[in-house]
Amino acid sequence: MIAAARTILRKDLRLELRTKESVPAMTLFTLTVYVLFHFGLDRDSLDGELAAGVLWVTLLLAAVIGVSRLFAAEREQGGIDGLLLAPVDRTSLFLAKAAALFLFLVAVEVVAVPAFGLLLLGPGLGGALPELLTILALGDVGIAAVGALVAALAAETRARELIVPLLLLPLLVPVLIACAQATEPLLRQDQGPEDLGRWLALLTLYDVVFVLLSVAVFDYLLED
Amino acid sequence: MYSKGFKPLAAATVVALATAMALVFFYAPLDADQGFVQKIFYVHVPMAIASLCGFVAGGIMAIRHLRSGDSSWDMRSYVAIHISIILGVGVLATGAIWAKASWGHWWVWDEPVLVSFLVVVLLYCVYYPLRFSIEDRERQARYSSVFAIAAGAFVPLNFAAVRMAEAYTHPRVLSQTGGNLPGEMRLTFLVSLLAMALLFVTLWKLELISKNASMQLKRLKRRLAEREAVAA
Repeated sequence: MIAAARTILRKDLRLELRTKESVPAMTLFTLTVYVLFHFGLDRDSLDGELAAGVLWVTLLLAAVIGVSRLFAAEREQGGIDGLLLAPVDRTSLFLAKAAALFLFLVAVEVVAVPAFGLLLLGPGLGGALPELLTILALGDVGIAAVGALVAALAAETRARELIVPLLLLPLLVPVLIACAQATEPLLRQDQGPEDLGRWLALLTLYDVVFVLLSVAVFDYLLED
Repeated sequence: MYSKGFKPLAAATVVALATAMALVFFYAPLDADQGFVQKIFYVHVPMAIASLCGFVAGGIMAIRHLRSGDSSWDMRSYVAIHISIILGVGVLATGAIWAKASWGHWWVWDEPVLVSFLVVVLLYCVYYPLRFSIEDRERQARYSSVFAIAAGAFVPLNFAAVRMAEAYTHPRVLSQTGGNLPGEMRLTFLVSLLAMALLFVTLWKLELISKNASMQLKRLKRRLAEREAVAA
């Protein structure tokens, strides 16, 4: 199972490296949204709640792009038949797709978070880096698990482009709440983390529930 | 197949609803600081509870569908979610009216239950486009069930998250729906809750009967058309 998942993941990463479809588009999108927020809010620098909100809303919107492209190659080139005919169970497909999405998100954040610090954020990012990285990692796990599930759900429908954002964003509201609330004190002027533990606990709970749930129901998707 | 015991159920619903309304208007005391408008509580809260239980029940029926492969469970789950969404819209409307009357605003973001409810209703509204954009019957049932299960698990998580976020900024001193209701109000509330639960089950059964009947009619029409084609 793990070996099969690793093979599919390697295929996805190689595909991304060669076509450069998802990650550059998602990164470009985050920068565009920063510009939109700059003009929409008419602010040169943000801090605290506003900064955390702008950062996480931007990342979630970028995730929508990644999720709607997650099964694109399989759909357009008919590769899904190959995957389904292969004697591997669906769990490995889910693990591979979620891992690919996770890595895409990390790659986007490597650019998007420093860019946010540079363009919009008032206080520096350096002080609370370990906490911020933990929040980002836990948030990405949740987005990746739910994202892979939603991508598989939407892959076989006619109104795919509609279903993905409508389904993904409400499902990610708890992630947004936990991440934004946990990040908010880190982005204030001269203030350390507070209440970090309970938000990380909520994120962890969300991640565990949705990873297990997706593994349990993924078998029923993408068969025939 | 679904019509067994429908008539007594419908009769019980009518009796329970009438009793609940009578209790609400003639028995339950007026609230000391909210006055008459507080009576919307006897519609709003039971409706919210029935709707949330319907969402979760839809998820459980979806699990049964996936386990047994019996498509009638998918139909049950679909109808449960359908009725819950209708009640859910009612909850948002009555909640907005109550908020306007007692706090002066149509919408308050620091009421965690209302906000979570909005997110849940927004999510479940996607059930329809998802279900009806899949043509293949069997696949439609399977995908809808997966959605119902994921969304059913999401409901309690979302409530926990929203409550945590609101409690953080606005500590709730007094719980409005907590166990500290005076006796007469509590009795009225419980009867209203029972009436709403019965109403839910009745509507659910009625919708199932009608869906079943129209499916049967379609089948018979098809058979008739085939026979006519053979005769011609």
